[in-house]
Amino acid sequence: MTSPRTFFLLLLALLILCFGLAAALLPRFAVYESRRHQSSDFFNLLLGDSSKMFANSFFVKADEYYHSGYYPTIFDNNANFKTPHVAEDTGAVSSHNQGGEDTSFMGPPRDWLDAFGRHFIPNRHTHLDEGGADEDLSGSDNVREILPWLKLSARLDPDNVTTYTVTAYWLRVRMHKDQEAEQVLREGLRNNPQSCEILFELGRLFNESYHDTDRARNVWELGVRYWRQLPLEEQNDNKLIFDQITTNLSQLEEKAGNLPQAVSWLQAAQTASPSTGELQKRIDEIKAKMAGPSPAPKSAN
Amino acid sequence: MKNIFAVAGIVIKELYRRKDFYVLFILTVLVCLIMGSVNVFNDKHVVRYLKELCLLLIWVSSLVIAITTTARQIPAEREQRTLLPLLAKPLTRTQLIFGKFLGCWLACGLVLICFYIFFGALAASRDHAWPLVNYFQAAFLHWIALGVVVAFALLGSLVFAAPSSNSTISFVIVATILTLGRYLDAVALAQPEPFRSLVYAFYYAVPHLEIPFEMRNLVVHDWPLIGWYFIALETLYLLAYAAVFLVAACLVFRRKPVN
Repeated sequence: MTSPRTFFLLLLALLILCFGLAAALLPRFAVYESRRHQSSDFFNLLLGDSSKMFANSFFVKADEYYHSGYYPTIFDNNANFKTPHVAEDTGAVSSHNQGGEDTSFMGPPRDWLDAFGRHFIPNRHTHLDEGGADEDLSGSDNVREILPWLKLSARLDPDNVTTYTVTAYWLRVRMHKDQEAEQVLREGLRNNPQSCEILFELGRLFNESYHDTDRARNVWELGVRYWRQLPLEEQNDNKLIFDQITTNLSQLEEKAGNLPQAVSWLQAAQTASPSTGELQKRIDEIKAKMAGPSPAPKSAN
Repeated sequence: MKNIFAVAGIVIKELYRRKDFYVLFILTVLVCLIMGSVNVFNDKHVVRYLKELCLLLIWVSSLVIAITTTARQIPAEREQRTLLPLLAKPLTRTQLIFGKFLGCWLACGLVLICFYIFFGALAASRDHAWPLVNYFQAAFLHWIALGVVVAFALLGSLVFAAPSSNSTISFVIVATILTLGRYLDAVALAQPEPFRSLVYAFYYAVPHLEIPFEMRNLVVHDWPLIGWYFIALETLYLLAYAAVFLVAACLVFRRKPVN
C-alpha cells in the first residue's frame, strides 16, 4: 500500500519536471516563433535556401514555354540557350548564347529511333511572341503562358532582379497590362530597393505606357545615382544597364528640347557603351542642332 | 475468344469495385482545380501550365492503376485458391493470360476516357478550344503504351514472388524508360567499349514508352497534329512489344504450378 506522502512527493516531482521543461523549451519556442514570422512565405519555409535553385529552374521553365516546349536538356547542346531567350529578347540581360538562334540544338538524328521519336516532340525553334508553334502572329499574346512560371520564380527568389524586369516587360509590351507590370516592379523594388535594372524598367513603363516623362526622368536619374554608388567591380559588371538608362535619358531630354542635357547623358553613356562611335555621331548631330536655331525647351529638368 | 472476354469482363468489374481509380481521379481533379484557381496577373486564359500538370497527373495515375491492377491478378487468384477451379473449366492457361491482359488493358482504356474528358473540359474552360483530334492522338498512344506496361506487369506477376516486388520493379523500369529512354543512345556514345555496346543494346531492346509520354508537350503547347502514318508506326512498334511480353508470360505460365 502506497502512502499519501509518496503520492504527494511524486506530484511534486512531476510539477518540478513540468516547470523545468517549460523553462527549457520556452526560449527555444520563442526563437522558432520569430523564425516562423520572418519566413512567413510557405515556399521559403518549406524549401529554405534551396528555393533559389527551384526559382532558377522555374525561370528556365518559362523559357521552355516561350519556345513552346522546344528546349534542350542536359544531354543536348545548349550553347544557344545559355542565356534564356525570354530574358534576352527583353534587352534586360547581355547574351552569352553562341551561334544563331535558328541553329538546332538537336543536331542530325543519331539513329533511326531518334529520327522517328522527333516526330512526337516539339522540333522547331519558335517563340511565343512570334506566334508560337502555329506561327500565327495573331496569337502572339500567347506569351502569357510564361507568366505563371515567372511569378513562381519571383516568389521563390525575391532577390533575383531579372525575374521582375522580364515579367514586367512581357506584361507591359505583349499583354498590355501596365498596372500589373507596375505592381511587379514595385514588389521587386520593395525586395531590392537599390536595383538600377528595376528602376530602368519602371522608367520605361512611365515613359512608354503612361507617357509620364517627368516620373520616368526621376526614376532613371535615381537609377543612375544608385549605379554610381556601386563598387567599381559591380559597375563594370553592370555597364549595360547604365548604358541603357543614360541613352534613354538622353532621348527623353532630346524630345523635351533639353539638348545640352541630352548631350551630357550621351557622353555619360559613352563611358559604358561598347558602341562609342555611334554615340559620338549622335552627339555630333545634337550639337549641330544646338548650333542652329533651336526650339524652346518644352519642360524644365 | 468468348472465354477471353469473360475473364476480361471480371477484371473490369473488379476495377470499378476497387477504390484506386476513384481516389486517383478525385486527387487529380482537386489538384488541378486548386492550381487553376491561382490568379496569374488577372489573366483568365493562362492554361498551358494547367494542361501540363493535368497530363502529368493523368500519366502517373494511369501507370499506378495499370501496374497495381495487373500485378495482383494472378497472385490473387493463387492466394484465394481460385486459379485451379478456374483452369478446371474449359479455359486454357493462354486464354486466362490473354483474358487478364485484355481486362486490365480495357480497364485502363476506360480510366483514360474519364481522365481525358476531364482534361479536355479543363483546357476548354480556359482555352475556349476543342482540339479533339490532338487529344485523341495523345490518349490513343497513351492507351497503347499502357498495353505494353500491362503486358510487362503480367509477365512480372509470374516471375516475381509477390505483387509488391513486381509493382516496385515495374515502376522503376517504366520511370527509367520515361525519363532516360530517349537519351540512352547519347549516353552510350560517351562510354568506352564494352559499355557502349551494352548501353546501345539496352537502348534498342527496351520499349520506348517515352515517345507517347513526351507527346504531352505537343498537346500542351498546341503543336499541329502528328501524321497518322507515324501514329500507325508507333502503334505497331508498341503492340509488338506488348505481344512479346504476352507470349513470354504465356510461356512462363505454361510451366508454372497453379497451386
